[in-house]
Formats: sequence, structure tokens, C-alpha cells
Amino acid sequence: MQTSRVIAASVMAAVLTAGAAACGGGTSTNKTAPKTLTYWASNQGANIEVDKATLTPELTKFEQQTGIKVKLEVVPWSDLLNRILAAATSGQGPDVLNIGNTWSASLQATGALLPFDAATFAKIGGKERFVPSALASAGAAGKDPAAVPLYSLAYALYYNKAQFQAAGITAPPATWDELVADGKKLTTGGHFGLAMEGASISENIHQAFVFGKQHGADFFDAAGKPQFDSPQAVAAIQQYVDFMAKDKIAAPGDAEYSANQSVTDFATGKASMLLWQAAASNLKAHGMAADAYGVAPIPFQTASASGPTAVNSMVAGINLAVFKNTGNLDGALKFVKFMTSTGEQKILNIAYGSLPSVTDAQSDPAFSTPDLKTLSQVLATSAAPLPQVANESQFETLVGTAMKGLLADAAAGRPVTTATVKAALTKAQQQMPTS
Amino acid sequence: MKARLRRVGLPYLLLIPALALELLIHLVPMLVGIAMSFKQLTQFFIRNWSGAPWAGLGNYRTAVDFHAAVGQALLNSFLVTCSFTLLVVGLSWLLGTAAAILMQDAFRGRGVLRTLFLVPYALPVYAAVITWSFMFQHDTGLVNHVLHDQLHLTSGKPFWLIGGNSFYALVTVAVWRSWPFAFLCLTAGLQNIPRDLYEAASLDGAGVWQQIRRITLPSLRPVNQVLVLVLFLWTFNDFNTPYVLFGRSAPEAADLISIHIYQASFVTWNFGSGSAMSVLLLLFLLVVTAAYLFVTSRRRGAHA
Repeated sequence: MQTSRVIAASVMAAVLTAGAAACGGGTSTNKTAPKTLTYWASNQGANIEVDKATLTPELTKFEQQTGIKVKLEVVPWSDLLNRILAAATSGQGPDVLNIGNTWSASLQATGALLPFDAATFAKIGGKERFVPSALASAGAAGKDPAAVPLYSLAYALYYNKAQFQAAGITAPPATWDELVADGKKLTTGGHFGLAMEGASISENIHQAFVFGKQHGADFFDAAGKPQFDSPQAVAAIQQYVDFMAKDKIAAPGDAEYSANQSVTDFATGKASMLLWQAAASNLKAHGMAADAYGVAPIPFQTASASGPTAVNSMVAGINLAVFKNTGNLDGALKFVKFMTSTGEQKILNIAYGSLPSVTDAQSDPAFSTPDLKTLSQVLATSAAPLPQVANESQFETLVGTAMKGLLADAAAGRPVTTATVKAALTKAQQQMPTS
Repeated sequence: MKARLRRVGLPYLLLIPALALELLIHLVPMLVGIAMSFKQLTQFFIRNWSGAPWAGLGNYRTAVDFHAAVGQALLNSFLVTCSFTLLVVGLSWLLGTAAAILMQDAFRGRGVLRTLFLVPYALPVYAAVITWSFMFQHDTGLVNHVLHDQLHLTSGKPFWLIGGNSFYALVTVAVWRSWPFAFLCLTAGLQNIPRDLYEAASLDGAGVWQQIRRITLPSLRPVNQVLVLVLFLWTFNDFNTPYVLFGRSAPEAADLISIHIYQASFVTWNFGSGSAMSVLLLLFLLVVTAAYLFVTSRRRGAHA
């Protein structure tokens, strides 16, 4: 009796905890009739309703042209990768979907996305229509791309014109030394020179990549093996963390920002500089007038940087992919062709404040605002894609988290030294899967 | 003979639907999880995971190799979870018991207070925890405003959502969320203690503390036995609270095991390794539960 009760209770406990062992899976169906498509869009506007309002008229246009009805679902960023993974695992997913371009190689490795070979490209109007740097971040080198670029973005330095003038700074900094010097002039009392998004894994990793490139650090070697703790990588990460730890031009409170609070701080004048990708619509939403801030390329290590270290942005952007299990391949490709057509590229990128990923659409005057001109110049001359390797998303999480920890140390006043940075990066590297 | 077989067989026949559903809903996913833990299930195979290569005990070896980074992180997370669970279960139980005993006698406003106490339990997890995360913010949060600006208890504004203090922030929110459940169970338990026991005790000259120690607590024993176990399992497995409070990468000091396993599988796309850790967690909880029930049941046997 006694034993049987213990057993019964143990079974109960097993049942209670089984949830943890049996995670994974997901539900969503693609019982698509030939005349419908399911489309998962990423959240590009200020919120999901804005995206729906932007995309719905275009989808109606597509239906009028082809007779294919598109069922739209806008998926928040926090869910998107998990949803895609669940779809890949179960084989039940949308027909067409948006992916963050840095995930391209990781998702390519799952085999869940349709490769764009020559024949497929022919059906959507040809490979040469796309901006080359944007297409380079749609899959691993030497493989058929797993997606095509949809919206392109780049990083830039946003600075508050009035505060620069008040501090007697005439031109935006072109090197990091200048940025630190300007930052120190601008940091007074409760006001800071630079706003950082310290607890955001993705912002951290984008900065790590640019600083890494400038120091000559590649986080993966040619064979795709991780090398996170090379001396160059340590120097790169330390330089970024030192803005808070040593130079003290960023507020310690920035170390816990992960919901775009740094954009708010910049827009409301609490900080004078911000390193961000296509911030214009976001700043406008916070009530900052377009002539109140200037947009300059992200600084380099030296004034006349050239060669492989002359990188000051990642190739940021959103790619459009076709789910391999689609029941309506023909319709899905028609939709891809429609979304990447010159006309739609203009409409959508204007709405989202991003840059077109097809060359023909870029000549539109709407993309020659000072802000977008800087971004498109950066994208054309000094942007590089994040490593397109299968383990890229693990790298993002591990190194991004390590930086979050280092910034937390800096914020709490604990010393951040070459040794502590190296230790954090070594630990991140050891957690990478060995395969 | 046939009739007898039918008579004996009928109950089992009626049980079959329930049994089949039980297998489908509970056992099959569990077995799938266990099978996954022996596979090298990375992103290269999730599309066709039955084709993933067998890893043997590889995932388990990595998980318990405490000299390497993965095992060390798991061990750290396990220890954090153990101290978190001890603190949260202890404090929730203490608060719940104290409140239940104080609310035992009727007084004006008892109904209102009881309802108020149950609010944290009734609120949706997300809404409640996100509110706490606002309160714990460094620059604009209520906690720092009260501690630093009003009471001047701290020299500078401490961080609560990053670094070492995140552990205490997490404990606070978890206790706040789970003590009302203890309160509810114990209030129900108290209703079953006959009033004349207290009357007899006070006639014999027992004070309040003695009454609590000699009557209330022993009478609540069966309730406590279940309550502590349930609180333990819930707290140990708590995922929602740290996830909403810290997002997808929790600070090391508050890296609870469920978040850690989520990271090991979903965020780093290594589902085999995540499953192996889950199975280890399952085994640990089974052992603890069995030992707990064995000890508490035997002790009760000795008392009786």
C-alpha cells in the first residue's frame, strides 16, 4: 500500500514534469487550395496593426492580378524564429515567410526553405535584379540562396544637432577616438553622450560584428569553426563595453535596455548619439523632428580606413523565403515576384523607412532623404553580411548574452578588463555545439 | 465461460478510451522526449528528426561533464534553482501559514482581505510579471524610487534586472505569485480543525503559540504534505516568471533550470542536448518526490 502510493505519486510527478521533456512541435496548417497562400510577415512597422494596414492593400492588388488570395499573419519578432523552427520540425507551415537575413544560413541548413536555383530565379525575374550585398546575406556562400532580400537596412550614427552645437562640436565623429572625445564633452550631469541598448542580444551582436571587423576579427574561421576569443575579438568587444566601463559616455542604466529605450532616450534628448539601423520612423514616432538630428556613417578606427577592416555596418535586412513544403509552389513564386517587383519595393520600403533590395527601385527620389542616402551609401560601400554559417544563430545568442553580462558588470562598477572579456568569450565559445 | 469473460472484460473495455488518451497525451510525448535525448538533434535534422544520428549517451555526458562549459553552466543553473526553490517554497509557506492563521477568526473586513490576498494568484502571469519588471527598472522603477529616493536605504540605485540582484528580484516575484496558493490551501485546511480542540486547550492553559504548535500545525500535516510538494514542483519548474522578467537570456544569478534548458534547446537549436537535460531534471524530481513521500509517510506512520 505504502509503496504503491509512492509509485503513484511519482508517476504524478513524472506527468507534471513531462512537459519539460516533451517540448517542441507546433501547430499550423497549410491545407492550401491552389488559389490561396499563407504569408507570415515579420513586424516591420511600429506595431502589428500598422503592418496589417500597410500590407493588406498590396495583397488585395496581388489577388486582383493573379486571383490568388493571400492569408496574412504578422508574427512578432519574439515568436518568429520559434514559429519557423516549429514549422520546419512539423512540416506544417506557411507558403511564404519573412526571415531576419542573419538567420538565412541557419535556416538553410534545416532544409525547410526552397533553394533559389537558376530556374527558380528565372521564374521571379532573374537574379541580377537584386542588390548584390543584400543577396549575399540570403544563405551560405557557394550555395543557392535560401531566400531573396526584401527590405534592406544599415547602421548609421544618429546625432542630436542642437546638443552638438551647444557643446561646440562642428562635425559628427569619423573615428571612435573622436566619438569618445565628443561623448565626454556631451556627458554632463544626468546627460550622456551615447545611448546603448545593452541588454538586447541582437543589438549587441550587430555591434560586436562591426567592431570585430574593424579589429580584423572573424568570429568563424574559413571552415566555419567558432573563434570567439581571439585577441582581436577581445579587443573589439572591450572597446564597445568600454564606452560604458572606461569612457563613461553611456549611462549605466543602458545596460538593462532591451525594448528600444535607447531610441527613446535619444529622441527625448537624454543622450546625444545613437548607433542604430534606419531609426527615422522610430524617432518620428517619439516626436523628434527630422531636422533635429543628423545621420552620419558609423565611425572607423582610423580616419582613412580601407581594406577588409573598412566595415561600419552589417548588411541588415529582411529576406523573403518560400517554405519547401508549400502546396502551391507556383503561386508562392508569383507572390515573391510581386513583392520584389520595382513598384512594390518602392511602396513597401517607403512605408517602412528601409531601402529597396532591387536595384531598379533605388533610383526613386523618395530614397534620397539625407538619412536614407547615408544608409544606402554605407550599404553600397562599407557594409558586410554577418557570417553566413549554419551556427550563426547560436553565435548570436551566446556572444550577445556574454556582452549583456559584461555591460551589466560595467554598469555595476565592476572592473571590465581584457581578462574578464576573454573569459566571457571563451565560455561562450565552449558552449557552441561541437558538430 | 464466455459470459464470465464478458463480465470481467467489460470494465477494462470501458477503461480503454481513457487509457489510450492517457498514453497519447502523457506517455507518448514523454517517450518521444526521452528518445530525442539520445539523438544528435540539431538544426540539420529537425525537418526529419528520425534521421538524426544516434548520439548514445553523448548528450548526457556533455550535460554532466562539470569541467566543461556546458556542464558547468548546467550545474550552476541547478544550484541557483535549488536555492531559489528553497527560498520561495519556505517563504511562501511561511507567509501563507501566517496569513491563514491570522484570518482564522472572524473580524470585520476579513472577506475583503482574503480576496485581496488572492489577487496575485488570480492575475494572468504575463500582466503581473511585466508590471514587476517595470517596477524593478533601474532608472524609472518604483522599487529604486522607494529604496533610494524616498528611504535613502541604498547609496546608489542598484540594478535588479541584471547582475547579482536579479536573484532577489526573481525570488520576490515568485513568492508574491505563489504564497496566495499556500494561503488558500491552508485556509481550507484550517476549516477542518474542530473548534473544541482549541477550547479544551485554552482550558488547560495553553497559550496561542502552544495552540499553534500542538493543535494547528499537526492538524494541517496532511495539507502541508501535499502543499509543500506541489509548491516545490511548480517552483522548481517555473518558466514563465523568469522568462517574462528577463527575456530569453536570464542573468547568470537567476538562470533557472527551465530557462536554461529552453536556451540549450530552442535558442541554440540543439534539441537533443535540451532533451537530455530535461530527462535529467525529470529523474531528479522523481527521486526527490519519492524520497519526500517515503519520509513523510513513514513519519506519519510512527506518529499514529
